Amino acid sequence: MAYDAVIIGAGMSGLAAGIRLAYYEKSVCILERHTTIGGLNSFYRLRGRNHDVGLHAVTNYAPPGAKAGPLSKVLRQLRLRWDDFGLAPQRFSTVAFPGCTLRFTNCIDELKQQIRDHFPSQADGFSRLVEHVSKFEVSSFATSQLSARAVLRDFLNDAMLIEMLMCPLLFYGSASANDMDFTQYAIMFRSIFLEGFARPFEGVRRILKVLVRKFKELGGELRLRSGVRTIESRRGRATSLVLDDGEIVEAHDIISSAGTLETLKLFTGEEGGQPPIEPGNITYTESIYSLDRLPSELGHDATIVFYNDSPTFRYEMPSEPIDLHSGIICSPNNFQYDRPPEEGCIRITALANPKHWLNLPPEEYDRQKTLWGQRLLESAVRVMPDFRSAIVDTDFFTPRTIRKFTGHVNGCVYGSAEKVPTGRTHLENLYLCGNDQGLLGIVGTMMSGISVVNAYLLK
Amino acid sequence: MKPDDIRRVVVDILERIAPDEDLTSLKDDIPLREQMELDSMDFLDIVMELRKQYRIQIPEDDYHRLATMAGTVDYLSPLLKGAQASA
Repeated sequence: MAYDAVIIGAGMSGLAAGIRLAYYEKSVCILERHTTIGGLNSFYRLRGRNHDVGLHAVTNYAPPGAKAGPLSKVLRQLRLRWDDFGLAPQRFSTVAFPGCTLRFTNCIDELKQQIRDHFPSQADGFSRLVEHVSKFEVSSFATSQLSARAVLRDFLNDAMLIEMLMCPLLFYGSASANDMDFTQYAIMFRSIFLEGFARPFEGVRRILKVLVRKFKELGGELRLRSGVRTIESRRGRATSLVLDDGEIVEAHDIISSAGTLETLKLFTGEEGGQPPIEPGNITYTESIYSLDRLPSELGHDATIVFYNDSPTFRYEMPSEPIDLHSGIICSPNNFQYDRPPEEGCIRITALANPKHWLNLPPEEYDRQKTLWGQRLLESAVRVMPDFRSAIVDTDFFTPRTIRKFTGHVNGCVYGSAEKVPTGRTHLENLYLCGNDQGLLGIVGTMMSGISVVNAYLLK
Repeated sequence: MKPDDIRRVVVDILERIAPDEDLTSLKDDIPLREQMELDSMDFLDIVMELRKQYRIQIPEDDYHRLATMAGTVDYLSPLLKGAQASA
């Protein structure tokens, strides 16, 4: 039997696409190579503790009752209620540069006031920028071909402020180094500065479990440990998928969330040899620290801190194993939950060199994780209270871990710098969704799965 | 189906699309777009729900007739004439 649709990858975008198809009575199967769901945004249990990978915070927050905005749109499309994700808004976050820390919340007025206080000459320009971004027409399936930095320079002339406004947005979604397309910048600006951060008390597993339950209730089939080895094609159409164990699965349409390059690599026959796509090289390491007390008891109340130790922010693959000049400090405890957090936790994320981490021999890999984990920690406590005496457990993941869970070439986080906004490929019945379609954040990536299904499979 | 039954069908669909919405005060003559901030994706969903539940096809050129509740009920009346109202 041939499925109406097969989806490669049980991450946020694949599950969202699957829900739409199953809801409209298509026979749909999601194939996931790994033993668990989530892909880039997943979760695991280690020494009795639950950890998240990927997700620091859900962006695009909207309070209950909000009718407009990406979160409300995604909930409607997936027939979910606001309560299903159980989102608690952030406390506040900061962008910390030498001599200047800007604080922001889920209300843009806070950031406007901070800029008035720290950069009085830039306050009007920033207000006009906010206005411009709010009104900027973001059509799906398109890019602006404008440099975000160039647009920022039309509104602002303080070089460090421009860096500070680029920093969180590059960190949270740019597959390209140092600059991004203005359409993507506008989407990110809205999702982070205008809408803001939130998180379910239970972390990413809450969201994934809601999606999987919905998908299965609607009759969708989810197969774990079912990696796709090749896609067979003939005369411009994908005809079948061959799984790692040799099983053949047939489908009328295929949606792949594996990444553009990763998907093209699945072709061996006459449709192989597509124009090469540069793999992405922006990736991270992350340290996860479990603490014997809450970060707030150590005087750390911020939800997320984006830090950089010089006036210029370099967002690129570092030559060193880890870039110790900048990073992201996230405390999953510091959201406005309706109940007290169970255990203190701090996560520190920094840019990493994928080649270094992918090529280390096993013994050396563990040694370097410890070594660089300590250096990263030293770097981070320059901008936050020293919490080293409170650490009770540590885990550290690298591009190697990311490659293992996502299959991304280079273990890169945001995929290739070349995005395919339309989700179309060289085959008429093979579509892309997720990271390499260029929508960002988990709400964005769910919308990516939804929009591809709506545009091509439900018409 | 009578107009009241059709109205109930549409309210039912809107409830599925926006389960958090209070639809008791929905006005028949004000565009749904304004009252519920529905966008083109949502209108497509109304059309697809009707197709799924009653197997009726609505051509894209007719979507504008679904702008208000009153317009939708008028438009659907001949199409759902023979359909059974659910209990």
